[in-house]
Amino acid sequence: MNPVATAATTAAHPFSLWVYLSQTPLLWLTMTLLVYAMTDAVSRATGRNPIANPVLHSIWIIGAFLYVTGTSYTTYFGGAQFVHFLLGPATVALAVPLYDNRRLVVMSIVPMLFALVVGCVTAIVSVILLAEAAGLPRDIVLSLAPKSVTAGVAMGISQTLGANPAITAVATVLTGVMGAIMVTPLINRMGITDFRARGFAAGLASHGLGTARAFEVDEVTGAFAGIAMGLNALVTSLFVPLAAALLLR
Amino acid sequence: MIANLSLILLCQLAGEIFVRGLGLLIPGPVIGLVLLFLALIARDHLPVLARGPLAKDGVEGTAKGMLQHLSLLFVPAGVGVVQQLNLIQQHGIAIFIILALSAFVTLAVTVSVFILANRVVSKRRRTP
Repeated sequence: MNPVATAATTAAHPFSLWVYLSQTPLLWLTMTLLVYAMTDAVSRATGRNPIANPVLHSIWIIGAFLYVTGTSYTTYFGGAQFVHFLLGPATVALAVPLYDNRRLVVMSIVPMLFALVVGCVTAIVSVILLAEAAGLPRDIVLSLAPKSVTAGVAMGISQTLGANPAITAVATVLTGVMGAIMVTPLINRMGITDFRARGFAAGLASHGLGTARAFEVDEVTGAFAGIAMGLNALVTSLFVPLAAALLLR
Repeated sequence: MIANLSLILLCQLAGEIFVRGLGLLIPGPVIGLVLLFLALIARDHLPVLARGPLAKDGVEGTAKGMLQHLSLLFVPAGVGVVQQLNLIQQHGIAIFIILALSAFVTLAVTVSVFILANRVVSKRRRTP
């Protein structure tokens, strides 16, 4: 279409302005940043209260807006992809807190390895046993099993098991959000103040979302959450097929 | 700022090339992480490297700034997943409760094992 004609028609009809903007990346990128900026401000204002989790609230606000306006996810992602892209560079950036805390990390190798193995087994076995007890269909049980690791890896595990990677993605995000909300009040009630242990648990149980929560609280916590997330991705991909073979016959 | 971001992207790019080149299953950014870590260590030993993004307040400031807003980066994927909630509609409540319980148990067990193992190790260190 002729750009001059487009400009003329958008000026004449407010609705055609919406039709135009809703197809551009600009609107959806702006919305993603704006909604996050607001939910993050609320989170800060409440002193990082876990219930004011910025990811949780950004997701439902944007999700509801897309639903009400009948916007497809593909259109939304046209703008949001610029934010999504930064997940790779952010993974590289984890090198810096790891570098800053390298002595503390080396000193904590033994507790980390124990917590990694026992935590990883707990994450997988607990979800398989609970799902079996609830009588869920086999393919759903398998799809839920890798839910504690980062979505990309979890979906890969799900695929190799012949489960449903889309259901795994849903379970992964739900686990991430719930873990990020639970971790602070739960561990406070247990009376544990060790930042290393708190971060490690957050990253192991709820991957990137737990790690993001940990970085909002403290940098040492964040560094240990990042390590736990990475190590758990590795161990889980080895252990889920084994647990599935042993527990599901 | 631009140089810092370039270094981060360069590490990721090198990671991707390494992983694709050798046909490994590890994500490229993880190798990028290792490369950036090694670059920071190398800088401490070779003062000649301590310039540009590897100078003080270079890449480290940018990386920390990015990690402070790690939450933001999960929003686009999260929105996509919420639109697929209908996939678990049939067993929604059961799945929700199972995931919550599992996350709860995993957090509690992991943090307890960490603390216990740490206690054993530090006791041994004190009484050799």
